Amino acid sequence: MALAHVASSTSRSNLLRPISAFVSPNLRRQLSTDDTRTLTIETSVPFTSHRCESPSRSVETTPSELLSFFRDMATMRRMEIAADSLYKAKLIRGFCHLYDGQEAVAVGMEAAITKKDSIITAYRDHCTFLGRGGTLLEVFSELMGRIGGCSKGKGGSMHFYKKDSGFYGGHGIVGAQVPLGCGLAFAQKYKKDGTVTFALYGDGAANQGQLFEALNISALWDLPAILVCENNHYGMGTAEWRAAKSPAYYKRGDYVPGLKVDGMDALAVKQACKFAKEHALKNGPIILEMDTYRYHGHSMSDPGSTYRTRDEISGVRQERDPIERIRKLILSHDLATEKELKDTEKEVRKLVDDAIAQAKESPMPEPHELFTNVYAKGYGVEAFGADRKEVRAVLP
Amino acid sequence: MATIVGAATALSASKSFNSRKLHLRSRRSLSVSERKGSFLVVRSDGSVVHKAHRAQKLIANAVATKADSSAASTASKPGHELLLFEALREGLEEEMDRDPTVCVMGEDVGHYGGSYKVTKGLATKYGDLRVLDTPIAENSFTGMGIGAAMTGLRPIVEGMNMGFLLLAFNQISNNCGMLHYTSGGQFKIPIVIRGPGGVGRQLGAEHSQRLESYFQSIPGIQMVACSTPYNAKGLMKAAIRSENPVILFEHVLLYNLKERIPDEEYVCSLEEAEMVRPGEHVTILTYSRMRYHVMQAAKTLVNKGYDPEVIDIRSLKPFDLHTIGNSVKKTHRVLIVEECMRTGGIGASLTAAITENFNDYLDAPIICLSSQDVPTPYAGTLEEWTVVQPAQIVTAVEQLCQ
Repeated sequence: MALAHVASSTSRSNLLRPISAFVSPNLRRQLSTDDTRTLTIETSVPFTSHRCESPSRSVETTPSELLSFFRDMATMRRMEIAADSLYKAKLIRGFCHLYDGQEAVAVGMEAAITKKDSIITAYRDHCTFLGRGGTLLEVFSELMGRIGGCSKGKGGSMHFYKKDSGFYGGHGIVGAQVPLGCGLAFAQKYKKDGTVTFALYGDGAANQGQLFEALNISALWDLPAILVCENNHYGMGTAEWRAAKSPAYYKRGDYVPGLKVDGMDALAVKQACKFAKEHALKNGPIILEMDTYRYHGHSMSDPGSTYRTRDEISGVRQERDPIERIRKLILSHDLATEKELKDTEKEVRKLVDDAIAQAKESPMPEPHELFTNVYAKGYGVEAFGADRKEVRAVLP
Repeated sequence: MATIVGAATALSASKSFNSRKLHLRSRRSLSVSERKGSFLVVRSDGSVVHKAHRAQKLIANAVATKADSSAASTASKPGHELLLFEALREGLEEEMDRDPTVCVMGEDVGHYGGSYKVTKGLATKYGDLRVLDTPIAENSFTGMGIGAAMTGLRPIVEGMNMGFLLLAFNQISNNCGMLHYTSGGQFKIPIVIRGPGGVGRQLGAEHSQRLESYFQSIPGIQMVACSTPYNAKGLMKAAIRSENPVILFEHVLLYNLKERIPDEEYVCSLEEAEMVRPGEHVTILTYSRMRYHVMQAAKTLVNKGYDPEVIDIRSLKPFDLHTIGNSVKKTHRVLIVEECMRTGGIGASLTAAITENFNDYLDAPIICLSSQDVPTPYAGTLEEWTVVQPAQIVTAVEQLCQ
């Protein structure tokens, strides 16, 4: 249990230990019996719906779930900030799209589904990968192009995949992942799995034609596809009101029901995803719009302040930050002390630093890896090198 | 194909690449006269059986008119006769029977039966979940096919005309071709994308496109082109069974070719070229519809005393450099006849590949005959002149062999 783990962490000073030794058994006793107690918490804002019933505002959760939310979101936040520094140190190259501010979507979604359900997203995928069971070491190795990365260093920041826990990436072209996601849903219907697919996209991708094509087909064939628009209000540098005539993305499915959710509230996200899963299995596709925000720019090459004011960013950080919200909930319900939460954060920071150090030491891919995995092995074709000296056709 | 009769028996024993190759080698060691006699069983082009003393004229119609001689030549042989689209359907049906994860999606493939009747009857047999009628949304249904393939299904995506797949280029290039690589080998994409392309009968510029030239540099995909009912069925089955994404190029004008194919199950190799006519003087490399123009020209050439070796390359990506190389080593002269446009077509890549690898064996520069770099016009006469005609092939061979 998270709290017991925190209680025994080595970061506590000797001075505090006697006191905690006195206090914590009581706390532990209290929490171990109350660990399974359900807390009912109201979401910050009510849901707005289009062509369907809104789910209830009261979300049931348990102390351990809240603590795990805190821990997971803290890990994600720390990981993204570390990736920022690594990029500036030129250890990560190319494109790096950071998810900090949006962690509640990844964490809330995971709480509502199983690893058998599929998630597919675009290039802002580091935290979604982590939520699906990826490790920090795999993340940093892949970002730095090492062979220990989740895609053997050949994918990079935009191509994280984890097949065994249903994470299908990781796609660079805006909007192309939505038809893929509907294809995943089709396969789930074909195999009669009873599982669903969450296809995530952004407010920028919401204007892609292939999205509406895929939505049409999903609605026609009653596929268990849930399209989730992570609306962080900016498509790179273009605000949503400048790109979309109708920024009510949850309504744009027209004949497909939609739900607008406060994406900074992990509990609201969890409630919405649970509702969506039940709906999709019975009635076909549904659109969820997560009202969220990213603190960084679109990617590391975008300062993020040319199209929005710093006041706006800090305002959101103060009022709607997902980690702060969970922290306040935990403290107000006495699930942990301020100190314990800080210790969790310190521990998370250490884990991230350790992972980075380990990834920095790990090897780069071998040269021959350039030609592996171009084709599925054993089915006739090998990929030949551009240097044909070695593989010139040999005649009898 | 010369060795079809022999190959039928060879293949019934084993489907491996090796047995067919062995068979080829033994054939080539036969004397010239014997060889001529045996290869004349090119049934898809029925008129080959007849004498070669026929007035040569500009032939706009490459597809053999009713195979009047086919009855005589094929009466006593085993197997069953069918048209190319039926052969494709047979291959498809056999694979769908064999593997429940195979499904077909495309426009009008289900209830309508397919615009070229390739999927006729399959919807009633397998139901709407396995033979799916899609709306006109190539980009997304190709993407959906790829997404389904990521989970282990084996979809076959049909483009009603290959030209429409330009709308799905992003999905084919980025997701279909590259996902296996960018995921570090986690996902296999066993998808087959097929459809008719090529210059038809006055269909106009947008419906006469040759997409093999655009797709050829996408890493991670395989491309094959079928030309006879025999290889159509074999390649369809091989493509479905392959774990790699395969694009199968059919040709609008070849759907009604009739041929006798074996009753036994057989699969063609996806990376192998087909030796249509062994020869000594010049290697002619071709594929799809141009194979028939080449065979027409071959008759004239034989009359004039030349002995062309005709190879149907079949595998457009990767090239079967082994068969091609062996042939170049023998004849030292290469002529490529293709339907792609001059610029950036399959012929251009093939020329480069042969020059790079077999330059020492060439006695003359490679001649590549391709279609003109123009949009295919509607007018019949203009359309004839866009595409390579047998007379041009004869002239090119004469030029090469000087």
